[in-house]
Amino acid sequence: MEHHAEVLSGGVWRQRPATWRDLVALVLIVAIILLIGSGASQMLAPLAAGQQPEISLAPSALPNYALRTTMRMLAALVASFIFTFTYGTLAAKSRRAEMVLVPLLDVLQSVPVLGYLSFTVVFFVSLSPNRALGVELAAIFAIFTSQAWNMAFSFFQALRTIPYDLDEASRSFRFSGWQRFWRLEVPFAMPGLIWNTMMSMSGGWFFVVASEAISVGKLQVALPGIGSYVARAIAERDLAAVGWAIAAMTVTIFIYDQLLFRPLVAWADKFRYEQTAAMVVPKSWIVDLYRRTSLLRMVGGAVGATTQAVARARLSFRSVGGPLKGWKLPSGLLDVAWYGLVLLIIADIGWNLLQFAGAELSWTDLFDAISNGGLTLLRVAILIVIATAIWVPIGVAVGLRPVWAEKVQPVAQFLAAFPANLLFPIAVYLIVRFQVSPTIWLSPLMILGTQWYILFNVIAGASAFPTDFKEAAATFRIRGWRWWRDVMLPGIFPYYVTGAITASGGAWNASIVSEAVSWGPTKLNGSGLGAYIAQMTEAGDYPRIALGIAVMSVLVVGTNRLLWRPLYAYAERRARLD
Amino acid sequence: MTDDKSAIIDLRKVCMAFPKRSGEPLLVLDDINVSIRAGEILGLLGRSGSGKSTLLRIAAGLIRPTSGAVLYRGVPLTEPAEGIAVVFQTFALFPWLTVLQNVEAGLDALGLPREEARQRAQDAIDLIGLDGFQSAYPRELSGGMRQRVGFARATATRPDLLLMDEPFSALDVLTAETLRTDFLDLWVEHQLPTKSVLMVTHNIEEAVLMCDRLVVLSSNPARIAAEIPVTLPHPRNRLEEEFGNIVDNVYSVLTARTISSLGAFKKTHEGLAQPLPPASVNRMSGLIEILAAPPYSGRAELDTLASSLALEINDLFPIAEGLHILEFAELKDGALKLTTAGIVFARSNTDERKRLFREHLLQFVPLTAHIFRILQEREGHRAPRTRFEVELEDHLNHDDAERTLRAATAWGRYAELFAYDDKARAFSTIGT
Repeated sequence: MEHHAEVLSGGVWRQRPATWRDLVALVLIVAIILLIGSGASQMLAPLAAGQQPEISLAPSALPNYALRTTMRMLAALVASFIFTFTYGTLAAKSRRAEMVLVPLLDVLQSVPVLGYLSFTVVFFVSLSPNRALGVELAAIFAIFTSQAWNMAFSFFQALRTIPYDLDEASRSFRFSGWQRFWRLEVPFAMPGLIWNTMMSMSGGWFFVVASEAISVGKLQVALPGIGSYVARAIAERDLAAVGWAIAAMTVTIFIYDQLLFRPLVAWADKFRYEQTAAMVVPKSWIVDLYRRTSLLRMVGGAVGATTQAVARARLSFRSVGGPLKGWKLPSGLLDVAWYGLVLLIIADIGWNLLQFAGAELSWTDLFDAISNGGLTLLRVAILIVIATAIWVPIGVAVGLRPVWAEKVQPVAQFLAAFPANLLFPIAVYLIVRFQVSPTIWLSPLMILGTQWYILFNVIAGASAFPTDFKEAAATFRIRGWRWWRDVMLPGIFPYYVTGAITASGGAWNASIVSEAVSWGPTKLNGSGLGAYIAQMTEAGDYPRIALGIAVMSVLVVGTNRLLWRPLYAYAERRARLD
Repeated sequence: MTDDKSAIIDLRKVCMAFPKRSGEPLLVLDDINVSIRAGEILGLLGRSGSGKSTLLRIAAGLIRPTSGAVLYRGVPLTEPAEGIAVVFQTFALFPWLTVLQNVEAGLDALGLPREEARQRAQDAIDLIGLDGFQSAYPRELSGGMRQRVGFARATATRPDLLLMDEPFSALDVLTAETLRTDFLDLWVEHQLPTKSVLMVTHNIEEAVLMCDRLVVLSSNPARIAAEIPVTLPHPRNRLEEEFGNIVDNVYSVLTARTISSLGAFKKTHEGLAQPLPPASVNRMSGLIEILAAPPYSGRAELDTLASSLALEINDLFPIAEGLHILEFAELKDGALKLTTAGIVFARSNTDERKRLFREHLLQFVPLTAHIFRILQEREGHRAPRTRFEVELEDHLNHDDAERTLRAATAWGRYAELFAYDDKARAFSTIGT
């Protein structure tokens, strides 16, 4: 954005002397440019070499691996934004497109990302001349799928809830579509979009780790990255290396958060639509550095001026061709044609699937997948109940104490972002060591990474609980169970539901990597739908992978529709006062 | 350019209808003929929900009328056009743009060179008194300053027609007065780069203070009830007798219209079509008590009431109308007079008041009587809310039906005529 404040308000505009801040900023910029450049060049290197480098277990190799992993995240992020802006806009602008795009997005959100990794790997490898590049693309695609649907949904919903008055102002000032997009739609969607990106990024780390080292049937690839490093460590039974990987990931996520998301959130705060001042203004030392450093501001100002100019351009295509008046089909007829086309395509796909399944699968396969699904469903349910029993009281206790909440909340968010699959080897090591039942003890791994969503949502809910309710409860001496039932639980319920939805969705995804694990040559199988999909992936049995994914998707969509959505609607209705 | 006497914009036989749930059209604007001439401020007055904001949006090209024509400089207006600018009630500033950027955003569509756009924005900001706030974001500003940005953004486009949609109603009394006089000063001194103004308001004094001509709209559907010229010279004085006469006149027009439309509803559809005003029992009781006590002793002029209670007509009219429907008071010639029942009500205790209220609900409000009767007739003495929603939406649009049913529910609950369970969304009888 532009910073012409000093010039115009008549104040004296003086060049500030270079300070230590400028130096820090300069070092930071050069470092980031170098890192991105080297990461990108390495990524494209295999194209020339055509040879997979061996994964080294030396800790000194880790910084480089972390960089490679981060580059995949960045690439996926860029792809997700492009997808979001096009898909979201299309769905919001066209009624007919919406009819197809939104339900599609809804289902895609529920399909386990790791389930179809095998398909995408094969697809991308077949596309590109080089195997490593194909797998690279597949890994990026896996991260992309873990965030793009969320982001597109957030953008679509923002476009649908554009305030009436801003819409009318934009129309009455005759913004072109392009101007409207950059002046109104993108800024309005920004805070929600950034928040959603940050949340789905947490899942992204999980998937990048899982997708770097993959074997589908005979195809075995290990991309240089932290995930492959851990996979190698598991194969070699090297617990110390696992420890190093965890440390490296921790540092990476921390840096990523500080350099990318903190600044983004602090910057996006100005796009908040509410006209009141925020209670807590998001802070970021990077943004502060930017605001205080004249050098950075000069660069930023130039960038801002360019983007402003781009946003101001009318770029109206309407006048070029002119609307095709005269021979327009009546809207009703067009609708019928459109519905017909969509139905035809769906019927065709369905028929082909049936043909395929009929040839390859039998009823016992279906029964097998469903019974495995039942087991995983049971696990998810039990784990959510246990996590709720543990984290809701703790979250409330923390959330009601602002000093604690301020300290615990970032930790909880960090834990949610941390890829729990890096911790699996430790748990597996312990299970092997103590010879306990994998069917039971592998289960907690599913929720290891996602339980934190419950914690930090409950903390957020308890922190936001109105003070006067608390005081009212205190003056009437409402305590014990009554306090939980009548005061606190209804207050945090909407927040809890939000957290639990994310946690259970994440658990389903995690089941694919947590129900069947290995430690060197030892293989543990906890059975369940996740283990089923993992096994079939290893065997390269595509029809059964597809069956597994389908069953899992149906289960996830089913629980969302039958349990979480009604609960959420109920929570929203109860919490309203008007 | 047009000469001063000709119309800038001409609304001819404009009708607007929205579909009801049953699919039938519901008329909101009926045969509106208005033209705005260069050099005048035209005031569009009416109760809330009378369709005046819809009319303003039609003049802005934001929505198209169901029938009739809008001619802007003699050419049919089909979409927002260059030369028409809108000032919004809610300001409608982009929160992510600074004051200067907001004003410049209004110029985006004109495709001016960057320097010229900057200069124009700067001029408008100087004129409206925002100098020094260029780099501020809207959320840093008070309501008054925000609306100044709204004015600057609209006037920077140098419009032929400036449309103002209740521009001062979201502001507190003192701020609104400052903005009004500042605006008038600029207008009278011909400093505003705009040729004509159309202002929508429900504040009668504001309209008489600012406008050269008033168009008073009646409600349900909106028709032009009266056209009143205001020829007083600026600056106008509220205490002048002529000023007071015009205000009185407008009040009389509005009450006359209200009473006649209330009467008309009673005759059609067994009275079920009568929309009920959103008047709470507490407010109605409060007004009865104030009317019963000195200095009014049973009768008060609406404008006196409005200014002494610091209520705008949008707040006062629903209460007065509620009392009129319930026959606790009579609305006539811009005055409100307690009936005998109203006087008794004022003297009664809580239980007696409830009984009296119950009797009046059964006798004078067909909807509450209808709900009560249905509940009596039904086995189990319960009825879902949707049953009445559907019935009401045969006659009213969705919002009016919703408002009406809400008022009926609140009144019936107070009078202990029936109970309502919001969770089950069902009415039931009491004590059975």
